[in-house]
Amino acid sequence: MTDRDMETDHLPENTGGAGHGTLTKDAAAENPFQDPGLPAYRPRVTDLDPKAAKRAERQVALLFLVSIVGIIGSMVCYTFVPNDRVHTFTGLGTVNMNNLALGLCLGFAFLAMGGGAIHWARTLMTDVDLVQERHPMKSDAESTAFAVSEFKQGVADSGFTKYPLIRRSLLTAMLLLPLPAVWLLRDLGPLPNDNLRHTLWAPGEKLVNPNTGQPLKASDVPTGTLALANPAALADDPENRIDNLAKAAVLVVRLPQEALKGSEEQKKKQWDWSVDGVMAFSKICTHVGCPVALYEQQTHHMLCPCHQSTFDLSDDGKVIFGPAARSLPQLPITVDADGNLVAVSDFREPVGPSFWERG
Amino acid sequence: MSATHAPVGGASADNGPVKTDPVSTWADERLGIYKGTKNLIRKVFPDHWSFLLGEIALFSFILILLSGVFLTLWFNPSMGEVEYHGSYLPLQGVSMSEAYASTLHISFDVRAGLLMRQVHHWAALIFIMAIMVHMLRIFFTGAFRKPREINWLIGFTLMVLGLLEGFAGYSLPDDLLSGTGLRIASGVILSIPIVGTYVSYFLFGGDFPGHDFIPRLFTIHVLLIPALIVGLVTAHLILVFVQKHTQWAGPGKTNENVVGLPLLPVYTAKAGGFMFVIFGVVFLLAGLVQINPIWAYGPYTPDQISAGSQPDWYIGFLEGSLRMMPNWEWNIWGHTLSFNVLIPSLVVPGILFTGLALWPFFEQWVTGDKREHHLLDRPRNRPTRTGIGVAGITFYGVLWLGGGNDIIATHFHLSVEALTWTFRVLVFLGPVIAFWCTKRIALGLQRRDKDKVLHGRETGIIKVSLGGEFTEVHEPLSAGERYRLTAHEVQKPLELGPATDENGVERPGNRALKLRARASQAMFSDNVETTVEEYKELEAGHGHH
Amino acid sequence: MNTLSARRRHPLAAFVVLFFALAMIGAAYATLGSSTASAAGSSTYTADQIANGQKLFQSSCSSCHNMNGQGVQGSGPSLIGVGAAAVDFQVGTGRMPAQQIGPQAPSKPPVFTQDEIDDMAAYISSLGAGPAVPDPALYAADPNNAASVSNGGVLFRSNCSQCHNVAGAGGALTDGKFAPSLKQTSPQHIYEAMLTGPQNMPIFNDNVMSPQDKKDIIAYLLQTRTGPNPGGLDLGSIGPVSEGLFVWTIVLGLLIVFACWIGAHTTKASRARVAHFEATTGKDATDND
Repeated sequence: MTDRDMETDHLPENTGGAGHGTLTKDAAAENPFQDPGLPAYRPRVTDLDPKAAKRAERQVALLFLVSIVGIIGSMVCYTFVPNDRVHTFTGLGTVNMNNLALGLCLGFAFLAMGGGAIHWARTLMTDVDLVQERHPMKSDAESTAFAVSEFKQGVADSGFTKYPLIRRSLLTAMLLLPLPAVWLLRDLGPLPNDNLRHTLWAPGEKLVNPNTGQPLKASDVPTGTLALANPAALADDPENRIDNLAKAAVLVVRLPQEALKGSEEQKKKQWDWSVDGVMAFSKICTHVGCPVALYEQQTHHMLCPCHQSTFDLSDDGKVIFGPAARSLPQLPITVDADGNLVAVSDFREPVGPSFWERG
Repeated sequence: MSATHAPVGGASADNGPVKTDPVSTWADERLGIYKGTKNLIRKVFPDHWSFLLGEIALFSFILILLSGVFLTLWFNPSMGEVEYHGSYLPLQGVSMSEAYASTLHISFDVRAGLLMRQVHHWAALIFIMAIMVHMLRIFFTGAFRKPREINWLIGFTLMVLGLLEGFAGYSLPDDLLSGTGLRIASGVILSIPIVGTYVSYFLFGGDFPGHDFIPRLFTIHVLLIPALIVGLVTAHLILVFVQKHTQWAGPGKTNENVVGLPLLPVYTAKAGGFMFVIFGVVFLLAGLVQINPIWAYGPYTPDQISAGSQPDWYIGFLEGSLRMMPNWEWNIWGHTLSFNVLIPSLVVPGILFTGLALWPFFEQWVTGDKREHHLLDRPRNRPTRTGIGVAGITFYGVLWLGGGNDIIATHFHLSVEALTWTFRVLVFLGPVIAFWCTKRIALGLQRRDKDKVLHGRETGIIKVSLGGEFTEVHEPLSAGERYRLTAHEVQKPLELGPATDENGVERPGNRALKLRARASQAMFSDNVETTVEEYKELEAGHGHH
Repeated sequence: MNTLSARRRHPLAAFVVLFFALAMIGAAYATLGSSTASAAGSSTYTADQIANGQKLFQSSCSSCHNMNGQGVQGSGPSLIGVGAAAVDFQVGTGRMPAQQIGPQAPSKPPVFTQDEIDDMAAYISSLGAGPAVPDPALYAADPNNAASVSNGGVLFRSNCSQCHNVAGAGGALTDGKFAPSLKQTSPQHIYEAMLTGPQNMPIFNDNVMSPQDKKDIIAYLLQTRTGPNPGGLDLGSIGPVSEGLFVWTIVLGLLIVFACWIGAHTTKASRARVAHFEATTGKDATDND
């Protein structure tokens, strides 16, 4: 043997290739791609070595033991770890100890129980592949024939085909039967009527700042400020407060007259509905109804955080980006005798999301 | 091989009736349990990790049911206003609904309450994720083919029910985040032509938010949809048992048999064990990782909102499509047609879901294949189907990413407008590119398989001949491996035949048939086939490599 | 040879050195880097402060804000009437001096000491009356006062969370602008921001949001910072997005690992083991009992 010669025993062609199978050489020559049949059974370490099997048994039992400890531990922790105790762990934060303890106990209990069962199945239970025959789902001819004839006999016995009057009246009754199930739900809610067109705002309704509970004055809102306003009447109907708020919530900003854009007519309307530049706009986005609220004081843009519809308040609340299709409605306001901001009237168009009858 | 069918007559080797314990005998005399279960006890199931994905869904659902019952014992599904005086101090004295207050009570004042809330919510996220991963597995391996189309439809329905159930579930606590989701849902309903306002007023009992919706959602979430899911899951599993599970092609595994391990004891232990493993993972999550901290969001009120508001992940694709949609709206004859809302919330999922539901029937129409299939496809051997599947995932994924566009913008310092435009383009371009890339990859893998069959596996061992020539040693495949790589049927395009036959009679065809032939041509003409002749030719030529 | 030099040619040696170098730099930065100091609230400034402030202003700020603070079109706005509080906020959070053109000036480590900031604030407030640096009592909020925190929470969710997110994690505005995270901002700077409305943030003057309201908001923010995350790891507090990502990556991966374990054939004995068994016992290994 020279230096160049290598051991070739390990090379694939000398080890007979992988896999077994009962494909004979002749069969292989005939069709090399045919199914060589189920491979021979390969035993596991635990099948060959009783010590390995005993070790696996102990491992499975240990896992079940961990599970027992976890189960009992969970009840102990539930009872004795106070629910108001928190503790800080690096990386985890400041967590509730009762929650942590219960989660760990039950988590490991279940994990160990499952792991034990799986380990048992993998190492000690039979792993010999079994073969079962499939049968076509389609029923055999005899059963089909018998079932069909039984059915035909049954139909004939009923007279269903023989008595058309019965058949038709039954069918009609059956068609009508589901209708009351829908009809009887009428009282689920009132008809919309024109509720969506009206909010709580009315002539003379004061704009009240929810932060302070006080009516807003024009001097409260210098340029650059964002103020919130609700109608004073909101407090008069506590039962429907939230429903009313969902339509009546309003934002108040002050824009200098020079900042307004658009046609002369539009700028005049926007200014006329303001009090010296203090304007009120609906807070409800015209897309699908989230509160708009993100006011950029330098660009006069109002952004809705839900789907990023952007309204330009200096351009009559027009949509400049995003999925909203209609501009943000402006509430016409004026001042009352005490200098409080009050509404001139309700919004001149429905607020919030569009609907079919809107127009 | 052990016997897998019951011997006739119940006679044992002693020639007397088999002894049975008194309890089983009592049951059998009333229910016939031995007759009923004899073929189930040792029923064989094939072994592969991807067959366990459906089980993840099943077992997480069981955990949802159990933890859900716990929660119902304390949850108060009422929208009545109440002032909070529980132990979570940052919300002391704040006005909120009873639903929200009871959720706070569960989270802070009921021991194991927070744990069960988190178990319930983590299990719900895992449930829907598992349904989708399982569905994708079924799709990519062709397990939806005859006789399993009905099971595909049942599974599809379960997915839709899961989405509705999840949405209802996380809306019940009436916190600011989920209440915003309900507001968006009511806005979507309002946009429906003709009936929108009526449906909204009937659902909410009047104006939004009203006082009726949380209690109604509770009934839907706790009674109606779970009942439907339990019924459908039962039907789903019965079909799997009756039709037997599919299996991968391989040595000894044919379309006419099932090869695997018996239900008792192996799958009882493996599936039962997996159930406990899933329980364990979810409980560990519930103890270690916080989810849906409703106390941080505050109670719902329609004039408050948080930046970075998203629904749970499985509704994210709808959120994204709502954000991406251009603001098209028509005002015609005194009525408003809000395409900006209708298209993303009804048309987009409508197309996605209809396509999914009808796929098995579409594929059957194109292939004309009416046989029963119990052997699974390797995805590479069905490149067009795999490509369409990946395109669908890409479409869904872009929509999902779009739902988080403001969070992506904040984290990566990008403009939200630029991101939105990027997603608007990607949602169309992405699936096309994904389809093309996937199909090429699959065809490439088919060629690699062919190489392996004909030339064997590359070992990386280099031999030098005396003349200095370098060759790589190829290890020929075993018969079993050869079979595994060639067992699949290579799909060929539909042949229409000549337009007129020899008597001059026109082929009875129509547009549908021509369309079908074109679809079939597009789907199957690229497939790579390895023939026995090629193999034998090589064997003869090379000798042993 | 000692152990370290014996390993000087180890492939990982370079990474170890790099790691130590980075760690040392990081530690040095953390200790020596300036922290946000709090200014003493003062609306009376000395002539020296004003003069010194003017000098600092002219050397560092006038290129964008003009020599007398009246602003440069397209560059920096006029500072006449913005007040000392605005200066303390902008320079104290390092936003000013702005270093590059962009949609928004981000916060950075401040360039000036607190005394220098006080001087510049003195100068700017001399140009025109504006909000003064707030007295520390105004922003001395108590995160353990339940009434203050809960009122602050209601106010925060009504006025602030639409931009800054309910946990103060920040949010996106239009065209690349953003509302920054409030998780590290000092109470003084939070108060000043509400008072002065920096850049596109609206001004919340004391008429629409009283000083007590502002203090309550600060109490709420301090509580969210220091309060517990009782359910466990909070995944960044950005809600369902991170929860969904977590489930699709970590949890799915873990469950698939278990699924693979269940189906794996790794318990099978190796060929060598089988051969050994058959040789030593003379039994057929494939004969399963």
